[in-house]
Amino acid sequence: MHHNSKLMVLCTLVLAISGCGKKSDSGETAQSEKHIIQNSGSDTMVNLAQAWAEEYAKIDPTVSVEVSGGGSGTGIAALINGTVDIANCSRAIEPEEAETARQNGHDPQEYVVGYDALAVYVHKDNPLNEITIEQLAEIYGEGGSITKWSQLGIQHTAGCSNDEIIRVSRQSNSGTYHYFREALLGKTRDFKLGSRDLHGSKDVVELISKTPCAIGYSGMGYAIPEAKTIKVSKKAGEPFYAPSIETTLSGAYPIARPLYMYSSGKPTEHTQKYLDWILSDVGQKIVEHSGYVPLPADKRITQKEVGE
Amino acid sequence: MAKPSRRQFESGLEFVIESLIKLSGFSAIFFVFGIFFFVFREGAGFLFDGLNLKEFLTSTEWYPTSVSHKRYGVFALIAGTGSITVTAMLIAVPFGLGAAIFISEFCGPKMKETFKIVIELLAAIPSVVWGFVGLTVMNQLIIALFDVPIGLTVLNGSIILALMSVPIIVSIGEDALKAVPDSYREAAVALGATRWQIVYRVLLPAAKNGLLAAVLLGIGRAIGETMAVLMATGHAVKIPTSLFDSVRTLTATIAAELGEAPVNSDHYQVLFIIGILLFTITFVVNLLSDLIVKGIREK
Repeated sequence: MHHNSKLMVLCTLVLAISGCGKKSDSGETAQSEKHIIQNSGSDTMVNLAQAWAEEYAKIDPTVSVEVSGGGSGTGIAALINGTVDIANCSRAIEPEEAETARQNGHDPQEYVVGYDALAVYVHKDNPLNEITIEQLAEIYGEGGSITKWSQLGIQHTAGCSNDEIIRVSRQSNSGTYHYFREALLGKTRDFKLGSRDLHGSKDVVELISKTPCAIGYSGMGYAIPEAKTIKVSKKAGEPFYAPSIETTLSGAYPIARPLYMYSSGKPTEHTQKYLDWILSDVGQKIVEHSGYVPLPADKRITQKEVGE
Repeated sequence: MAKPSRRQFESGLEFVIESLIKLSGFSAIFFVFGIFFFVFREGAGFLFDGLNLKEFLTSTEWYPTSVSHKRYGVFALIAGTGSITVTAMLIAVPFGLGAAIFISEFCGPKMKETFKIVIELLAAIPSVVWGFVGLTVMNQLIIALFDVPIGLTVLNGSIILALMSVPIIVSIGEDALKAVPDSYREAAVALGATRWQIVYRVLLPAAKNGLLAAVLLGIGRAIGETMAVLMATGHAVKIPTSLFDSVRTLTATIAAELGEAPVNSDHYQVLFIIGILLFTITFVVNLLSDLIVKGIREK
């Protein structure tokens, strides 16, 4: 999987170089030529971005969108270095990153293109059905006190005889990791060391489905029958909600986040058209089909300057 | 007329070929130093200014992306790499040398060909595939066999690594045994030695340099391997206390984090310092092996 994404980055690089060459040779006036939009970043969003690109190719064959993954940080780094037109990001851009990009002449413009609810997964044989954010913080947070399933008030015996909670997490640069840490532990507290840090959203769910003692988090679009999605509440005593389009939009489900696209400076004509299309009904339908949460009509705001 | 010009042409060609070969030889040195220079340059800024080297080497707290308090301690990662390498070698060396001895001394020519082909096939499996086997098949197998909560452990990674180093140990070990002159074997047989006595008393001492090289190359493979251990060990920052703990290795940390660390940030530079550390470790291993081989030779 990692090799794959490296290959993709390489391909996009090659394409980027050849694309740039063409531009300087003949200018942008040639009608017959394909306009290439470079798009890379978040692993969470890579399937979605791919689906958009494929669908858009049918609508406007003169534009080709080249998508690659690598992670939110990779996308932002590419934006700063000026090698992409749009960076996908499953977290908001950091002020320092925006500042560096601005200094390099790639003033990032922010677009919210959908929402992603992070589901909490356990093995299907686990009797646990619901959990609070506070409990999750005690499981995942540095210095947290919960290490056994019995501390959550359940008898988890099926295949997990020693009662230990196996924490599954993501590599420390993933946007999902950052968002989950902030949602659980706030800005300053860290995760407990010793979690199994996997390298992709899909891998997390796969591992949990095969490990009876495990708990983990990943996008709700990655749900599979062998892993159980449990309900989450903000606080003890408050109602528990399962992740869904409705609970995400109403704000009831506590661990949902916006998904961003950042354009490099003011988008060109073609990039702007592409972004507008993403925010249209057709584009948002694809968000829903890919397992994410589409934006309601009144939330589809076109770009805004970062930091304003 | 024709003769001198041909001779001139040949000596010219000789010179060109000689220079090309010389260039290839020197290019190896050039590339090694080039790589070392670039890795060092990327990490040097933070290494000499900002990094607490003692904390770096002795702390187990690896928090490169903490918001409030970034900590770069790689001791747990060193322990991870060490535990995996040692366990893998404990498995791979007996199997590898045993297989080498069997193939070279005990089996018939037809079987030998089959074995060699199969072992070469084993060496040709890409490391991601090994990692995938570790993540899916071995994980469940270890959970079922040992009744542990998770199968992504030192044991899992070590078995995978052992399987990856065995082909190297076998093929180099076999070459070393083959290099022992047949007259040694004939002399031993003439003295009435059994097959095992020949192996134990004659072949092993005669081929020890080559066998040691085989083992050391296996160790090198184990320390440097990335993808397979990244997937099979669980990638958890933790000092292992048993074979059933998850660990994280130095190489896997670089692979997992370098792609997304902002260029020239502290985190990015620390990952290159880990690269320097790995360089140092392999250098020490190679140096030690050189000294050992020399020591054996002088005896």
